Amino acid sequence: MPVAKRDKSTAPRPTDAERRTRALVTPEGVTLHLRLAGAGSRAGAFTIDAVIMFVTLIALTVGAFLLWGSTGNMGPASIIWLLGFFLLRNFYFTLFESGTRAATPGKRALKLRVVARDGGRLTGGAILARNLMREVEVFLPLIFLLVAQAEGFSNRWLGLIGLGWTAIFIFMPLFNRDRLRAGDLLAGTWVVENERPRIAPDLLAANDTARIDAYAFTPQELETYGQFEVQRLEEVLHRNDPDTLTTVAGVIRRKIGRRDEGGSWSHDRAFLEAYYAATRLHLERRLLFGQRKRDKFDSAG
Amino acid sequence: MSSAAPAFGVRHFRAEREADWQRLEALLDLVEKKSPKRLTNDDLVELPRLYRATLSALSIARETSLDASMTAYLESLSTRAYFILYGCREPLWRQIGGFFLHGWPAAVRGMFGETLLIAALFVASALAGYFLVASDPAWFNALVSGEMANGRDMSATTEFLRRSLYESEVDGLHVFATQLFTHNSQIAIMAFALGFAFGIPTFLLIASNGVMLGAMYAAFISKGLGFGLTGWLMIHGSTELFAIILAGAAGLHIGRAVAFPGQRTRLAAAGEAGRRAALVMIGVVIMLLVAGLLEGFARQLITADYARYAIAATMFAIWVVYFALGGRRARG
Repeated sequence: MPVAKRDKSTAPRPTDAERRTRALVTPEGVTLHLRLAGAGSRAGAFTIDAVIMFVTLIALTVGAFLLWGSTGNMGPASIIWLLGFFLLRNFYFTLFESGTRAATPGKRALKLRVVARDGGRLTGGAILARNLMREVEVFLPLIFLLVAQAEGFSNRWLGLIGLGWTAIFIFMPLFNRDRLRAGDLLAGTWVVENERPRIAPDLLAANDTARIDAYAFTPQELETYGQFEVQRLEEVLHRNDPDTLTTVAGVIRRKIGRRDEGGSWSHDRAFLEAYYAATRLHLERRLLFGQRKRDKFDSAG
Repeated sequence: MSSAAPAFGVRHFRAEREADWQRLEALLDLVEKKSPKRLTNDDLVELPRLYRATLSALSIARETSLDASMTAYLESLSTRAYFILYGCREPLWRQIGGFFLHGWPAAVRGMFGETLLIAALFVASALAGYFLVASDPAWFNALVSGEMANGRDMSATTEFLRRSLYESEVDGLHVFATQLFTHNSQIAIMAFALGFAFGIPTFLLIASNGVMLGAMYAAFISKGLGFGLTGWLMIHGSTELFAIILAGAAGLHIGRAVAFPGQRTRLAAAGEAGRRAALVMIGVVIMLLVAGLLEGFARQLITADYARYAIAATMFAIWVVYFALGGRRARG
């Protein structure tokens, strides 16, 4: 899916987060932005899942041995073990990703989920396809590795060559823009971040106009910064760290040419709150007239 | 607002709608953490309305507001709701029902050509294996590993081979069946997954199995036991070999879509083929389960050739009729 292109000459180099953003247009015609999971969090999620699978396998083995010991009959124990191992190996991922949250415990822990690339319904066939492919992505290399370990010289080379070949599959997510695994490619899925930002309290609600008016900001002072800086200021105010507040207040005062009134950080906060509210209201009014001032370098607003 | 200051719009915008957003968030939490069944009728009516309201609030916020926290929140909330509303899935039992009623046979029919090709490859490599060993028995050891042959090679006596066909220990049949099932399924899934490399490893896997089968036949036919071997093999083989061929066909189907996508993009073609092949694969696992039961139990308990042939033919007929006709009416 194409991402809205920015003007290359003025736009800064895209950050990693921007490069991973994909646009999804809903049937209502609104564009939603999905951020693809990075290779690191994918690997982290897989590691967690692998550990869970490994622990389950150990538990299964111990359970089978206990059953064997208590009944004295090897049959049921080995059947349970064989079937359990088979299901674990082939259907662990499928089972969890079929749920409403479309994520294994590892993916949940790292706030990821699987979605269909076309934004449509994630079918059972797609989940199966992306996870059965793990057979060549995970288990085949593992087999080659074990062969290389256990066998003699000629077979060791064979094993290593096999390992090199399967490495293509393992490292596939690193070689394409969309971070697709072979399984994702086949199933038409991708893994996206599933962050749930909380809504922060409205900073404008706390400000009454009288307090803004007390500072009597001039239009030039309100034009100094743009949307980018106002939103960073919003973050600073939400974080409410005294040192940062003092520093930022100092920088802004110097920039707009106001004298430092001294005083404690609560003065700085009051100043910043008032300046934030005044600038935001000013810029939002310009927005209604179709003029967006992106940042302090933007002369359009 | 008594002041003349421009306090219009945005402040009220958020205050007016925030309750809706919280309600939507609560409903989404309920669906994700518990189950969609927990929604009351009112909730079900509300959910799409709240979703559209949130989506429209997002559009307005992007154009009129600089509150980054609110915009990010609305975007995440809309995305969650979008995937719940548009990505919703049928309940599991209906998915399973749909799979057996039309999904599986339709998927198998969708790769008819590949199935024929893989079957032809299998038969051809079996013939090649047979004639190689028939012309020079030394080939046998090159084609069949000692572990697999288990003494049933060219130098084995007729009596030994006959016993391998008709006698068996009845102990531990269920373990044997389970082992066969898991092992064969793993091979089949491997054949499917390897199809991604343009289907070439799948070809190799199928051909090597065919050659091995042909070589075994050569050992038995030279002792006049070809008829018995067919019964011994086909009682489960009509299901198992069918399943292995379908798995190979599924792999080839993917390989073909990746190599020759036609009018579609390579990704789209691979996706479509992958989803269809995955459906076939679940079917293959089920077939192999049946085959494992037949091999583990029926073959050990039934030793009459004609009974074995009857079961083999019945199973084959059932599969062919099911794949050929299953779900045709449902698709209209």
